[in-house]
Amino acid sequence: MRTAIVDRPLDPCALLDEVASSRNGASVLFVGTVRDVNDGAEVSGLDYSAYQGMAERELGAIALEATRRWGTQQVVVEHRIGALTLGEASVVIAVAHPHRGEAYDASRYIIEELKKRLPIWKREHYVDGRAEWVANASS
Amino acid sequence: MVRVLLFASYADALGAPEVRVDVPDGARVRDVLAQVQSMAAGKRVPDNPMVAVNQRYAESDRVLAASDEVAIIPPVAGG
Repeated sequence: MRTAIVDRPLDPCALLDEVASSRNGASVLFVGTVRDVNDGAEVSGLDYSAYQGMAERELGAIALEATRRWGTQQVVVEHRIGALTLGEASVVIAVAHPHRGEAYDASRYIIEELKKRLPIWKREHYVDGRAEWVANASS
Repeated sequence: MVRVLLFASYADALGAPEVRVDVPDGARVRDVLAQVQSMAAGKRVPDNPMVAVNQRYAESDRVLAASDEVAIIPPVAGG
């Protein structure tokens, strides 16, 4: 298991390689990317900022919960902060497990929990020049 | 004095990434929040925001020590 908050571009294939092995029949790779429209407004880019120490701690806690609940150590999660442009990856979650059901469930758990708990904020910049802090939809 | 970290829209509203508030010994998280909300532009901080103490989520009745790092957590947007 490994988690990190980073300020460089993410490499999804590298994370997939990190978890994949012949012991596991399923590897699930989730990639979250910057979308061009949010709530009807055309997005030109965004900035992620974090409460760095807590974000690292909380992301590690979420991944640990997933490893315990689904019984795999093959979990790697990276979340990027800083300035991102359209289509770039903001979060990558790689999970491997002997069976696909558990791999999908663990991956889904991690993304849903981090959207609720990770102390990271997003300021969207719009094509019309405005910029706003936006929040995830509450559960 | 307790150190209170601010982020995102709350840091913008108060014009600083952290503030220090003077509260008596035995003060709770909610006492610190009331102090912040009484500051100019502090009304932008809602009544029951998420709060972390020493980088862990905490309840509003948590008793604080002077060395604690309190953070007011705006609605999160990771993912």
